[in-house]
Amino acid sequence: MKNSLPILAVLAAIVAIWYAAVAPMNIRGALDVAERSGAEVVPPASVDRFEQPIWRLMIDNPGHVAQGYSLDRPRLPTPVQVGRELWKSTGEMALKGRAMSKRSLIYHGWITLQATLWGFALGTGLGMAGAIAIVYSRVVNMSLMPWAIISQTVPIVALAPMIIVLSSQVGIEGRTVPKAIISAYLCYFPVLVGMVKGLRSPGAAQLDLLRTYSASGLHVFLKLRLPASMPYLFTSLKIGIAAALVGTIVGELPTGAISGLGARILIGDQFGTPLAIWAALFAAAILAGGLVTFLDFAQRVTLRRMGMQA
Amino acid sequence: MQQMAKSSVPDRSPRSSVISASNLDLTFQTNDGPVHALSGIDIDIGKGEFVSFIGPSGCGKTTFLRCIAALETPTGGQLTVNGMTPDAARRARAYGYVFQAAGLYPWRSIEKNIALPLEIMGYSKSDQDARIARVLDLVELSNFSKKYPWQLSGGMQQRASIARALAFDADILLMDEPFGALDEIVRDHLNEQLLELWARTEKTIGFVTHSIPEAVYLSTKIVVMSPRPGRITDIIESPLPAKRPLDIRDTPEFLQVAHRVREGLRAGHAYDD
Repeated sequence: MKNSLPILAVLAAIVAIWYAAVAPMNIRGALDVAERSGAEVVPPASVDRFEQPIWRLMIDNPGHVAQGYSLDRPRLPTPVQVGRELWKSTGEMALKGRAMSKRSLIYHGWITLQATLWGFALGTGLGMAGAIAIVYSRVVNMSLMPWAIISQTVPIVALAPMIIVLSSQVGIEGRTVPKAIISAYLCYFPVLVGMVKGLRSPGAAQLDLLRTYSASGLHVFLKLRLPASMPYLFTSLKIGIAAALVGTIVGELPTGAISGLGARILIGDQFGTPLAIWAALFAAAILAGGLVTFLDFAQRVTLRRMGMQA
Repeated sequence: MQQMAKSSVPDRSPRSSVISASNLDLTFQTNDGPVHALSGIDIDIGKGEFVSFIGPSGCGKTTFLRCIAALETPTGGQLTVNGMTPDAARRARAYGYVFQAAGLYPWRSIEKNIALPLEIMGYSKSDQDARIARVLDLVELSNFSKKYPWQLSGGMQQRASIARALAFDADILLMDEPFGALDEIVRDHLNEQLLELWARTEKTIGFVTHSIPEAVYLSTKIVVMSPRPGRITDIIESPLPAKRPLDIRDTPEFLQVAHRVREGLRAGHAYDD
């Protein structure tokens, strides 16, 4: 495919940079391992090596540079290592029938996906309702819009723990609801902004035409504003679902969470297993990619059925 | 005003006025102060007439058309459409309006675009289909009913928008520079078609243009307007016959009318400077 060539070129460049970065990033780790196994390293003491810049270490220990690509706990794992870890915690477990085990990223991804979809539904609903209110009411436009913008300036990492604490105070069990709220908080905004723009996209002539038919407000909405907003809506939904996923993962980070991709990332950090972090990170990225691709597909189908060229 | 119904022979001359304005004024309040868009407009448009409004930009020709359509509200004077206020006439579906841009909905096929007013006005599905077929035939687009607007040329889109305005059988057709954005050849063709359509449907047509040949070729009555304030400088009853081939434009009668329109426009401009 002609379209995939530029994408693959960029991907190849990223992978190349990644591989090139692995050696300097892991040289200290590689030398530590080598020292422990009795090999000769320069300088021999770990403490002294801290004083040295990494490029110096690489020049002095050319024989150990390659070891940086096969460490158990690398600072920066290679793509292959990440891929292997990802496979171990997803496909391989699924093949053994343990897809829903607590060690499986499929299980954690499912937890995250659930909260994301709930948050996405909530956020999209709120965003669309808010957009309709803003377009149809000057008062709402002047009162709600500034707050919508301010809401996005509050750092979500600061807000997330509060939402979790407050929702447990009002007796909400489990984490799905607070996570969905956090995710909705992030994803309603692009939907709101996109829908406002979309609902306002019909020009004066289009509105005049409907006036010459003495069309009701409901007709103007259903026959003109809503269909005219569809291309805008789908663009917003794609941004929104990615934001919803980020919101859910942030909601899983505060201590106490044990399931979900966010919790895996945090636990991996606490237990010093960088491969687990990277695998969870990639699982999240793949999940996001899948969700956006699905919406992209829905957009194409919908717009094509509406006769518009997507 | 309704005596016309008795006569079965289409009679274009008698003054059974469909649109009637007397001493019509419209002043827009803008940030830069009041703008006198229309001033002392007096005109009677009879049933079945083809009236063109011509003048430079800012002369209020479009504004007057919008007043008839109740898209603008005059600030003074009298205006009746079919003997009613413009607002009431609109609710009674007295007119179809064709805008400068075809303004077809890109998400609707041609037939669905024409169905738009019919859906809003609550026609039954079978009635809709019959009307769509009839008006598509009228504008010679029957083979394009399933196409989407982007698949049609500009001229075809404009024909579709005329079909849309005709679909609900309004007696009056208001057209605001409908062919302004099209090239000369397409415009000639559409002018010819429009005259044919007018002869077949016997509608009353109000037509805004800034092309002198177009106004003279199409109209039974030409209203020359001038700007600041927008007013009528001349009303010309066309002496041209009802049947008009395109080459009528080379006849002395045609050129004489065109000359008088040009004079009227020039007079308006001198006042302006």
